[in-house]
Amino acid sequence: MTLAVVAVGFFALPLIGLLWKAPWSDAWSILARSNSLTALRLSVWCSLWATLLSLVFGVPLAWLLARVEFPGRSIVRALCTLSMVLPPVVGGVALFFALGRRGLVGQYLDRWFDIRLPFTTTGVVVAQTFVAMPFLVITVEAALRQMDTRYEDAARTLGASRWYVFGRVTLPAIRPALVAGAVLAWARALGEFGATITFAGNFPGTTQTMPLSVYLALETDPREAIVLAIVMVVLSFAVLVGLRDRWLGSLGNLRLS
Amino acid sequence: MSTDASIRVRRGALDLDVSFSVPSGEVVALLGPNGAGKSTVLRVLAGLLAVESGSIAIDRVVVDDPTHGVFVDPERRPVGVVFQDYLLFPNLTALENVAFGLRARGVSRGDARTTARGWLDRVGLTDFARHRPDQLSGGQAQRVALARALATEPRLLLLDEPLAAMDAGTRGDVRRDLRRFLDTFDGARILVTHDPVDAYALADRVIVLEAGRVSQTGTLGEVTAQPRSRYVADLVGVNLLSGTLRANVLTTASGGEVVATGDTPDGAAFVVIRPQSVALHITQPSGSPRNAWPATVADVDEHADRVRVRLDGVVPLVAEITPSALASLALQSGDHIWAAAKATETVAYPA
Repeated sequence: MTLAVVAVGFFALPLIGLLWKAPWSDAWSILARSNSLTALRLSVWCSLWATLLSLVFGVPLAWLLARVEFPGRSIVRALCTLSMVLPPVVGGVALFFALGRRGLVGQYLDRWFDIRLPFTTTGVVVAQTFVAMPFLVITVEAALRQMDTRYEDAARTLGASRWYVFGRVTLPAIRPALVAGAVLAWARALGEFGATITFAGNFPGTTQTMPLSVYLALETDPREAIVLAIVMVVLSFAVLVGLRDRWLGSLGNLRLS
Repeated sequence: MSTDASIRVRRGALDLDVSFSVPSGEVVALLGPNGAGKSTVLRVLAGLLAVESGSIAIDRVVVDDPTHGVFVDPERRPVGVVFQDYLLFPNLTALENVAFGLRARGVSRGDARTTARGWLDRVGLTDFARHRPDQLSGGQAQRVALARALATEPRLLLLDEPLAAMDAGTRGDVRRDLRRFLDTFDGARILVTHDPVDAYALADRVIVLEAGRVSQTGTLGEVTAQPRSRYVADLVGVNLLSGTLRANVLTTASGGEVVATGDTPDGAAFVVIRPQSVALHITQPSGSPRNAWPATVADVDEHADRVRVRLDGVVPLVAEITPSALASLALQSGDHIWAAAKATETVAYPA
């Protein structure tokens, strides 16, 4: 009990510190004069795109890892979740050498399609997706594994094609995990710093997201950093509280029936 | 019209190799112990698993035949399945569950609902259309599952342990209802069960499946009158002895001799002895019984009005005696006694 209270305090204290140091009277004017609103908009926009891309590619990947037996599956799983444990800066460097203008694939993107990812907003989305998608993949994969697949069998015998089964039986069954995974991925994308600054740089308006802007402000105007930090805390907290009871709370009973 | 199957599948420890034919209009029970391959047979018929060799035809349409490269996906087979635990979709109402198969086949929402409502009426659940599966009793859920399977108008209906999830109190009613609904369906019906009472109540014919092989088929009466395996003998509750018959004397593998009646030809044969026909004696009986064997009491199992005594010896048997007989014999495990049976009560038949 005492240890649990210590843990709660450990998480609460930094927030209290932020609130205590906040320049409440000037908060609004600080926000207005800095380009933080641009950074905030960019952050929200890029993190939502990263979440969307994580869903589009992550759900099929989770399905592959959970349902298809193939040699080297555990290696593939490790590879696809490596960016969770990798220092984000290392991820950013790796992305740079793969997708940069001189990179393994990037040189062809540049030469053939005139696409340049580093130091662009798209690059931010790529960097965020790279670090965020594994959170969605492992959550959804776990749900797919736990799910009672006999419901899918029942649907097949009733005349449902594989796609119909996926849409009408599988997705509803794993929906809590899908939402939870998407929220985790979104949160990771929103807070992403290392890979973004390495791969996409720090250009106000195109690649300077909130975390970058907070870090930068800390060096020039700590009061601005505090205000920006509070904005992020409020935003993240609101989303977690709003979703917790309806979705995250049901993580425990993913199974059908 | 019939369902004709010849199935060879190996899965882990199970080596399944069975052939059977079920005419339309017949209800067949697949009876067997756990792990015999009963559910695997259903999965193969439904198309959820392919045969390794063999073939399956439903009303002369081949749906699985690896030698000719034929495999029809489950959603394209005219097969309805009522699963164990029914597997109603928990996020859909009873009506939506019944409409599911029609919707999946592209029937419009309105038409599918109208048809589904008709099916719910037929199984007597008109008022439960808007209930979710967790608001239905076991019997109601089973009827929804049955309506859901029949709504797509299959030619073959499969039921996996349809009564296993029922408690003893409602089992009789549900069994009777199920029989009535099964009778309204004109295709072939195959149900899996490990309970001979269910098989007796629901099926016209029994296929006994043991360790992946058909060990016996026939009406339940035929099967229980002449058990051909230890499993069936245990189900019926009789002693089954196998061996070689010569001039109406059966010699078992362990060297025991049993005098039988009947005019069964010499050769491999079975003898059935009902436990009630086995008499126990402290000393070697003299007089009429021609079958008397020394035995050791293995254990004594007392019930309210009868006692089952398991005997070890050259001829291992179970004897059923009255509590008063037990009292006068004063039997205990390890006692050496004599078991006897009249030849008129030991019937032999060819193996």
